[in-house]
Amino acid sequence: MVLCVKNLSVSIERSRIVHGIDCHLHEGELLMLLGPNGAGKSTLLRAISGDLAYGGSVSLSGRELGEWRPEHLARQRAVMPQRVEVNFPLTVEEVVQLGRSELRAGMNDPVVDRLMDDLDIAHLRHRLVPGLSGGEQQRLQLARVLAQIMDSPGERLLLLDECTSALDPAHQQMVLDLVRRLAKEEGVAVLAVMHDLNLAAQFADRLMLMKAGYRVHSGSAWDVLTPDLLETVYGFSARVVELEEGYPMVVPRRGAPVRAQLAPLNPSCRQAS
Amino acid sequence: MIRDAAGRIGYSPSLLVALSAAVLVALVSITSGAYPLALADILSVFTGQEATDPVASMVLLEVRMPRFLLGFLVGAVLAVSGALLQGLFRNPLADPGLIGVSAGASLAAIAVIVLGNTWLGGWLAMTGEWALPIAAFLGGSGTVLLAWRIANRSGQTAVATLLLAGIAINAVAGAATGLLTFYATDEELRSLTFWTMGSLGHAGWDDLLVGAPFMLLALLATPWLARPLDAFLLGESVVGHLGYRTDTIKKAAILVVGLGVGAAVAVSGLIGFVGLVVPHLVRQMVGASHRMVLPLSILVGGTLLVAADSLARVVVAPAELPIGLMMALIGGPFFLALLLRTKVI
Repeated sequence: MVLCVKNLSVSIERSRIVHGIDCHLHEGELLMLLGPNGAGKSTLLRAISGDLAYGGSVSLSGRELGEWRPEHLARQRAVMPQRVEVNFPLTVEEVVQLGRSELRAGMNDPVVDRLMDDLDIAHLRHRLVPGLSGGEQQRLQLARVLAQIMDSPGERLLLLDECTSALDPAHQQMVLDLVRRLAKEEGVAVLAVMHDLNLAAQFADRLMLMKAGYRVHSGSAWDVLTPDLLETVYGFSARVVELEEGYPMVVPRRGAPVRAQLAPLNPSCRQAS
Repeated sequence: MIRDAAGRIGYSPSLLVALSAAVLVALVSITSGAYPLALADILSVFTGQEATDPVASMVLLEVRMPRFLLGFLVGAVLAVSGALLQGLFRNPLADPGLIGVSAGASLAAIAVIVLGNTWLGGWLAMTGEWALPIAAFLGGSGTVLLAWRIANRSGQTAVATLLLAGIAINAVAGAATGLLTFYATDEELRSLTFWTMGSLGHAGWDDLLVGAPFMLLALLATPWLARPLDAFLLGESVVGHLGYRTDTIKKAAILVVGLGVGAAVAVSGLIGFVGLVVPHLVRQMVGASHRMVLPLSILVGGTLLVAADSLARVVVAPAELPIGLMMALIGGPFFLALLLRTKVI
């Protein structure tokens, strides 16, 4: 097992944001984390990234997070934060190269070249990062993050926080396709926070639905994306239709009342850890 | 000038230009002054010829050389400290002077001068001739740490807070310095003025001997910080994700800045704006990667300070302007221009 999270809780400034979450990821598995704003998805991801103090246990390849040497951990686990702001005049290529460890750093790194091609930023290679569009910056950060674990031996974990939020539909497909290929062909385990339910249904192996810091439900797209659960968790009314490809698509009902703030969290939905 | 797609000159051409400028400025600085030296004099002194003018030899070896070397080292250290702080704080406006590090170092040095015979007698007895640089180092590092703590309360560096904290630190250090001035004797006052205005006028081999080890140590540590500082430009959490020990890097950078700026202030007093102007110029030439910014800042910083020092010696010859004033005259308007061009702080 690549990632094993047991009874994970996170508190920020004495208020508890994440309550006793369990989850695990096997090699090549793609788990997407869904839930309304403020559900604790990003907080959970940041705790697993080692950015936040947590209660409970997070282990990678059987070793507790804190027992890893930072430089070893960086070769097995890469993190793409929700937002990375670059104010200094670094070029696209320089930022991607930051993902390479010092030993492998150098000009004309084939991994760097391939990733820039795969993510459609090769033509921006010498451009300065502060002048890029939001979508270009997002693809750039993903390239940097992937460069970090691209040719590492052993089990690898990729943590993505809304990696497609600034992308147009074509680039969303391109990016998630690449991520899914990495999972299926190279065995990288992926945990991704998503907002787009239909993209999640299309690309994930498994979905986990969160609300108010609790895990509400997890399972296949068909298990999780039900009208009832969407109503309960998000507070909006939708129908779920089956696409030819075999996965579900969520179609919100126009004009139906949205009760995002009011939607109660039904305690029976919480799966006790 | 030839620039690449990102509008940069590139590392190798920049290095070449900077090296040529350094050599040119070195020659001008060593030959010019109240007693002009010809290139022939310099050559004959260094080749050990008999027919050398003894005064020229004395001026070169006892006055110009130590002054040039000290000026270059101080400029290099101040510039690279500016680059380190700007990377650490992710802000191009951070500078040892602006955030109060120089003032902290200078306050500690002045305290040793004024209170050395009374309250701080034990310190003098303990540290001997190193009393000033060590005190300035402690004052400098303490101030970086303080500014860091204040600006980082929320976990992220608040830049406005940092600069405002700098104003407060400068004010408090200034007030404390004023208080010490009030208690100082006439003789102490004279050496004290030297600190507040910044000067290389008294530079001799003994200053170099005391200050250079600290400054060289600071300069030698910088290559190790280059790559982690690039990661800092993407944000503090990214530093950890990329496998660097964030806290260790921060502490090392703070130590290097405290060590370097402390020693620089100890030998030359308060010289502002080098740390602000130089990294900015360098980034215009080669971009922001610290692997290029740090070495070039060392070269350009040393050159700039030596050039300013040469200028300070000739504009009101036979007297000379304090180099601190000279740099403030150059750096002040530059800082304003930078502020006007920076849209968001």
